[in-house]
Amino acid sequence: MKYEDFNDNEYLEQMAQELRKNGTNVIVGCLDRLIEWGRSNSLWPLTFATSCCGIEFMAVGAARYDFARFGFEVARASPRQADFIMVAGTITHKMAPVLKRLYDQMADPKYVIAVGGCAISGGPFKKSYHVVQGVDKILPVDVYIPGCPPRPEAMLYGLMQLQRKVRLQRFFGGVNRQISKKEYEELLKRDLTAEKNELNVEREDKQ
Amino acid sequence: MFDFSIITEWIHGLLISFLPLGVATFIECVVIGGCLMLLYAMIAIVMIFMERKVCAAFQCRLGPVRVGPWGTLQVFGDVFKMLTKEIVTIRHADKFLYNLAPYIVILASLLSFACLPFNRGMEVLDFNVGVFFMMAASSIGVVGILLAGWSSNNKFSLIGAMRSGAQMISYELSISLSILTIVVLTDTMQFSEIVERQADGWFLFKGHLPALVAFVIYLIAGNAEVNRGPFDLPEAESELTAGYHTEYSGMHFGLFYVAEFVNLFIVSGVAATIFLGGWMPLHIPGWEGFNAVMDWIPGFVWFFGKAFFVVGLLMWIKWTFPRLRVDQILTLEWKYLVPIGLVNLLLMVIVVVFKLHF
Amino acid sequence: MNATLKEKITAWEPAAVWNDAGDGMFAVPAERLHPLAELLKAEGFDFLRSLTGMDWGEEGLGVVYHLEATRTGENVVLRTQTADRENPVLPTVCDLWRAAEFNEREAYDYFGIRFLNHPDMRRLYLRDDWVGYPLRKDYDPSLNPLRMSNEVARDTADSFELTPDGSFIRHRRPIFEEDEYVINIGPQHPATHGVLRFRVSLEGEIIRKLDVHCGYIHRGIEKICEGLTYPQTLALTDRLDYLGASQNRHALCMCIERAMGVEVSERVQYIRTIMDELQRIDSHLLFFSCLCMDMGALTAFFYGFRDREKVLDILEQTTGGRLIQTYNTIGGVQADIHPEFVHKVKELIAYLRPTLREYHEVFTGNVIARQRLEGTGVLTREDAISFGATGGTGRASGWACDVRKRHPYAMYGKVDFDEVLFIEGDCMARYMVRMREIEQSLRIIEQLIDNIPEGPWQEKMKPVIRIPEGSYYAAVEGSRGEFGVFIESRGDKSPYRMKFRSTGLPLVSCMETIAQGAKIADLIAIGGTVDYVVPDIDR
Repeated sequence: MKYEDFNDNEYLEQMAQELRKNGTNVIVGCLDRLIEWGRSNSLWPLTFATSCCGIEFMAVGAARYDFARFGFEVARASPRQADFIMVAGTITHKMAPVLKRLYDQMADPKYVIAVGGCAISGGPFKKSYHVVQGVDKILPVDVYIPGCPPRPEAMLYGLMQLQRKVRLQRFFGGVNRQISKKEYEELLKRDLTAEKNELNVEREDKQ
Repeated sequence: MFDFSIITEWIHGLLISFLPLGVATFIECVVIGGCLMLLYAMIAIVMIFMERKVCAAFQCRLGPVRVGPWGTLQVFGDVFKMLTKEIVTIRHADKFLYNLAPYIVILASLLSFACLPFNRGMEVLDFNVGVFFMMAASSIGVVGILLAGWSSNNKFSLIGAMRSGAQMISYELSISLSILTIVVLTDTMQFSEIVERQADGWFLFKGHLPALVAFVIYLIAGNAEVNRGPFDLPEAESELTAGYHTEYSGMHFGLFYVAEFVNLFIVSGVAATIFLGGWMPLHIPGWEGFNAVMDWIPGFVWFFGKAFFVVGLLMWIKWTFPRLRVDQILTLEWKYLVPIGLVNLLLMVIVVVFKLHF
Repeated sequence: MNATLKEKITAWEPAAVWNDAGDGMFAVPAERLHPLAELLKAEGFDFLRSLTGMDWGEEGLGVVYHLEATRTGENVVLRTQTADRENPVLPTVCDLWRAAEFNEREAYDYFGIRFLNHPDMRRLYLRDDWVGYPLRKDYDPSLNPLRMSNEVARDTADSFELTPDGSFIRHRRPIFEEDEYVINIGPQHPATHGVLRFRVSLEGEIIRKLDVHCGYIHRGIEKICEGLTYPQTLALTDRLDYLGASQNRHALCMCIERAMGVEVSERVQYIRTIMDELQRIDSHLLFFSCLCMDMGALTAFFYGFRDREKVLDILEQTTGGRLIQTYNTIGGVQADIHPEFVHKVKELIAYLRPTLREYHEVFTGNVIARQRLEGTGVLTREDAISFGATGGTGRASGWACDVRKRHPYAMYGKVDFDEVLFIEGDCMARYMVRMREIEQSLRIIEQLIDNIPEGPWQEKMKPVIRIPEGSYYAAVEGSRGEFGVFIESRGDKSPYRMKFRSTGLPLVSCMETIAQGAKIADLIAIGGTVDYVVPDIDR
């Protein structure tokens, strides 16, 4: 698909223009461009699938649709090395903390794509007692791909939308870091497990 | 035949003309080190790109096509991303060892990379026990992998590291035996000498059966040594998520990733040097005209051509076979390859003693 | 059910009351259940097809058992109940049929029924800190908001014992000891095919114990169905086992049609049969792909997917859906077949036969693949029956469990095909069963494709579909085993209770038995060849 064919989302272009309205530093701007280019063209997915959409996700990776063409090739099984997580399938109450943990385990910058009705809103299982009504309740979602399950073409479109979004980020612009490095290190030093019980995962049932 | 030592000697002469010898040597070392790292990075990028295209071709896919012409810039994109990706600090991990491990792996890989003779006069580390040094240097890598698995405080990593420890130490033996077979044939351990001796025919052909057997053993063991399929147990994706480097992110993971690919190149480069004549063109005794034409092609083209041919062979194997199980890997090594290698070594000794080779 | 068996049961257990509504079943008092079950087991009823927890409101809570004798093919349905809603207790039958182990845990999870002497009374799907029992009619969903705290991994299992004076003793049995090396495989793991979780105790690389955790994709489909009309429930079956979408929906349609007494036209039967078989081919190709990927042969994975796309093309052309077709309806199918359908299917058959040979050359004949698959993960025939592990897994162990042969439906009684059987019960047998079944499916399609009769593709149905009061069970041979639908109707437009007999639950329940003593790599091969689909386990 040619770049011009994406004619329904000028808002991303506008955002880019607004961001660069006041001009950018030549060196920093160029470096930013380079890094954005690298990041957007090398998005490695986490091998993660819960249900039907996962099979279509596999189909996107397989011979006919082949997302390797765009650089999504290296599906990593370890969240540490993945760049984005495709939430392909229903997220249930039992899965939600696990998914959140997976997301937390990923290294920055990280992105989330909600694939299919279930991940977007609960889909056909919206009335269920055990289904999260959309993954955006627990994770910040970058791209939504509707469908039940979406066709591989739709997934490719969604992935390319993510690429375009990634190109709007600025590495040196300070958008990525929300707390300063010092604060971060202090946080690391504090023993969070004592304060927050939920971090204590393998706690034994002592009763 | 183009001799690279003309250039190095000219630079050396130029430098000592206005600098004291010590300073000049220091500058030369730094420059060579820089060039080596650059070459290392370039090889890694080429290898990764090649891997993607080759596996795509085997799998009826296209592989990367969008980034740059024919997707050639794909790996550069990956590099920029890796460089700017967060390196996760892990609670309860042994921080020092955890951060050290990837550098040990890359150091081992770089050291053995420096041993490869790329062209006549283009050897970086070339001394009389070069083969020995190369094998010693490359086996440091396993320490890095064990450390990575141990220090990440992850059970998957630990299993991966233990697997790789068992596997790499075992297969080192077969590699040594098959290289030793050729050392018996050449009576030298110096890489440049080994290449020179192949001027009248590659060892693969000169040493007939024992050399051929050694070559096959070397390919199998070399494949296992660099943890690539069907011997990719230490990182067995479907079993251990990512094996010993499960907890590594960003450039630390990148170093493992790069080292894996360059190690593959090193294994192929050594195979090319020892069995296929390294930078030595294809010479057929008696065909003077043919040999002269072959000499026109520069040595490094020959070297890289041969090395990448072997790389292609190993990739073909990787993308065809399913993975072995851990006990089968050890059975293969200790029950088959090592005995065969030993007998083969004996055979080679007989061949050399009775002058049965060409 | 035949009259002699009915008499026999009445003679054994005078307290058993026969109820004729729907398929008919015996109501047995709880305290008499276990002796009767033992007699039935001795009589040859060795296959527990389905175990369904029930909430009969005022009458109390209970369980419905579907039993089958594998030798004679006879079926019997029992129900038992307890009026105590506060502290419901029933006897376990997991000492007779191991299939009951997980199913009783499911019933405990859904209804809070405690099974006496069941060795492992933990929740199966829901978290341990879940409040209440969701499938009870009086369940209040507001009790359970989304909890984001990490679940605590419990290392003990409860069991309950009844003392002579009527009180209960609660036993705690350790699952893993303190000093065991326990690793956690899943829920996010490339080889669990979804979000299944195993906790594995290792000794070196050898598996000593294995504890299956389900429920990471438990979507509560059975409860949702209770609030939907019959045509609406159809949509959810496709999403259970998405690789058997067509067959699952076929089962539900068949069950409803049979309950209503609707006969579908021959054309529909033909189309449904062909669609089921295409779906089976699709599923088995995916099985091949995933098994190869799990074992590290990535290229074969792509080959399988390449050819699977060709099947999907045909399905898509007629049904409009690739993976999930939503094609069958009550009384017919959504739309007539595409004009090119017949031609395309023939092309596919001509293409697939040589391709299968190629697969065998690439993967089956490979020495590494053979060494890894042969002799690993053996499931005996007795275990397969006891666990109710139907489908390719059961047939690889020598159990002729094909529903298409046992209870022929649609066109299966009239076509000629072989039931692929192996006796080894190892991974290789499970793999070969599926590869051979593709050939058999092609054979079935070949016999049908030229003779699709003319006729309506949709019977005229009433605008509001109601099922007469009673309980009904219908089963089809899904891609990976017997997929059954159990409906209890009270005559409304929505079911009172709808239960799907999962094909995958028996398969994971026998994982511990198979994987005992195997290596981690074998566990992956076993998981691949047993071929479960996780949303189908969890429902």
